[in-house]
Amino acid sequence: MKSTLAAVLCSGLCLAQNGERLFQGNCALCHGPRGDGGKGTNLAQPRLPRAPDDEALFRVIRQGIPGTEMPGTRHFSDDDIREVISFVRSLGQTTPPKVEGDAAHGAELYRGKGNCAACHTMGGRGGAMGPDLTEIGVRRSPGHIRTSIVDPEAWVPDNFLNYRWYSLIPDNFVQVRLVARGGQRLTGVRINEDPFSIQIRDAGDRVHSFWKTELAELHKDWGKSPMPSYRGVLTPGEIDDLVAYLVTLRGGS
Amino acid sequence: MWPHRTGRNACVTVLLAASLSGQVSYERIRQAGREPGQWLTYSGNYQGHRYSTLDQINAANVGRLKVAWMYQVNDPNKFEATPLVIDGVMYVSEPPSNVAALDLRTGRPLWRYERPLPAGVRPCCGFVNRGVAALDDQIFVGTLDAHLVALDARTGRVRWATEVADYRTAHSITVAPLAVRDKVVVGVAGGEFGVRGFVDAYDAKTGKRAWRFWTVPGPGEEGNETWAGDSWKNGAAATWVTGAYDPELNLVYWSTGNPGPDYNGDVRLGDNLYACTLLALDADTGQRRWHFQFTPHDVHDWEANQVPVLVDGAWQGQPRALIVTANRNAFYYVLDRRTGEFLLGTPYAKQTWAKGLDHRGRPIRLPNTEPTAQGTPLYPSLHGGTNWFSPSYSPKTSLFYVAVREEGTLFYKGPAEYKPGAGYTAGSVRGLPGVEPTGYVRALEVATGKQRWEFPLQSPPWAGLLSTAGGLVFGSANEGYFFALDDATGKPRWRFQTGSAVFSNPISYLSDGRQHIAVAAGHSLISFALE
Repeated sequence: MKSTLAAVLCSGLCLAQNGERLFQGNCALCHGPRGDGGKGTNLAQPRLPRAPDDEALFRVIRQGIPGTEMPGTRHFSDDDIREVISFVRSLGQTTPPKVEGDAAHGAELYRGKGNCAACHTMGGRGGAMGPDLTEIGVRRSPGHIRTSIVDPEAWVPDNFLNYRWYSLIPDNFVQVRLVARGGQRLTGVRINEDPFSIQIRDAGDRVHSFWKTELAELHKDWGKSPMPSYRGVLTPGEIDDLVAYLVTLRGGS
Repeated sequence: MWPHRTGRNACVTVLLAASLSGQVSYERIRQAGREPGQWLTYSGNYQGHRYSTLDQINAANVGRLKVAWMYQVNDPNKFEATPLVIDGVMYVSEPPSNVAALDLRTGRPLWRYERPLPAGVRPCCGFVNRGVAALDDQIFVGTLDAHLVALDARTGRVRWATEVADYRTAHSITVAPLAVRDKVVVGVAGGEFGVRGFVDAYDAKTGKRAWRFWTVPGPGEEGNETWAGDSWKNGAAATWVTGAYDPELNLVYWSTGNPGPDYNGDVRLGDNLYACTLLALDADTGQRRWHFQFTPHDVHDWEANQVPVLVDGAWQGQPRALIVTANRNAFYYVLDRRTGEFLLGTPYAKQTWAKGLDHRGRPIRLPNTEPTAQGTPLYPSLHGGTNWFSPSYSPKTSLFYVAVREEGTLFYKGPAEYKPGAGYTAGSVRGLPGVEPTGYVRALEVATGKQRWEFPLQSPPWAGLLSTAGGLVFGSANEGYFFALDDATGKPRWRFQTGSAVFSNPISYLSDGRQHIAVAAGHSLISFALE
């Protein structure tokens, strides 16, 4: 009986231990050593939007997420993945960090002074030049959200190895400046590009498509973000309030 | 008299068709150049040229190229197959390990073979297949559960199925086999799972194995000393891309993959023969005539798995039997195909790992290029300067055309623990921060490797090339374009948006006397002809 009990206990604990080792070696670079996010999504929460159950999480870890920076792990065995899942689920049991600030005031800043909705979608409304923020409180940690507000270029997507294996749409918001042969000048974010054409979205949410033969100049501003820094635009207290609001955005109702 | 004559002629025609249908003798494949309307073997000929002497479609009229028909595959996996065209029928493998025979005029299926697969198959990089081989009245396909299957070309019914290796140790077959004389040559995948690689040949009639060449030598065999301790047992050197054949020398040329584990070489000190190597094997016995190792003791997954190209060219003013290849390690090589002697090696893609090659072709490595725990940035990426997709050689221009990947990687080293059937890469990779990878179609002078022109792609390609006597090079992009370039200048002459990424090599053939170009794109096989 004792040995059976030990085996049962170990099967849970030991799995998590090996899972943690694998997580630290392979996942922590983007998801953070405690899994609370960084460049990658915040995993320290009970519900993962892309992985409602363990089977879905298995698939995400095995195959990655096409069109994003999340790579697959063809070098993991099935057991490795199950052990990582066990560790990731344990992260969701931790208490989320407290965030200072007045979320209600942050909501006003989002709509008013910050003018965030001009470029960001929330609940299906708003601009599309930047990422959708509907679930940003689930996808990113408070620290990451704060950094993105005061220093938007700190976390510009910059890792491209896995783009376009399967996906035709590089969802990386790279800023593009172009001059058409007719003299038209445009700045926007790239929606898509191929050897012969490019499609961009301008600040007014208008989509433009060009054959490359129609362009006199095409510049890509790697590492730049179309988003301005809000340091100096909002007071430190206001930034606290905005972060407090954004972490409440968790999708659903 | 007239009616009689017509009747007799019709009878003769029917008999001719019946006797030719599905009868692909070795002689026909050997002289594939005499039948440009057919596509009898993976690369179009034994020399690996992927070149068509058909010239109805040319730079002046290619703008009128339109879809003749499409055939859709009901499978979500990548469609990487090169079809064969034999006497009015197209034979194409579908993912994961199925085969269809299509009526050439209409694209309508005549038969399908479906391989039931066990749940435990473990391909590294997708449930894919790259094509079939044909010999006499049989079609041959390798399967993900590591069998070689012979089908009746008329019906798709199984003649024999031979187990090549055990799929439970993550052996699989994705390569298009190569039919040579009375045998079918085939290789295995599994280089990310610590298999011990080999090249096999099977008797086409019986399915009995005729010979096996272990690409990792066992104890007592020459080359085993290039593996520390027991590391040879999981040395990989997989053989997952179709080779070439020289009928006069009776040599099969076959390339090998990375040594296992991929990114941690500490457990396998030594050169690790015959990983990352081009092998010249006697077609009758499988005995090694010569070998050339491009990347000794590879730790970056720079496999040699490309289609080698045989060229009867001039070398320094003298005619010479050459074999050329653009290797994943970013160097283009010219070797003597009788002896394996190194003649030339020069970079064709960005590389930051070697100062150059010495007089024997051995790389002179730069320091600090090994994978580390922190990640070592390096060009080319693990996927290499090019990959499995085919290059093309045009005897018309004497140019070697290759789809090039310009991409760097951070290489991470990890612990090496072998478990049967589990991944054995001992490390991982990430993209270089801040650099968007790109790609090109490049034209190299075959004897010098000098670049004549390049056509820029948006992203590193996964699709091969076809050159034609019509002065065109056909290729594909990840973003869905199938396109034609001028073979002398690289200028784009035509393009078609297929709607999905392309992971395959094009072919050309005649149907009803008209030239067609066919390519697998997304989940469709598309055949094009002039309007």
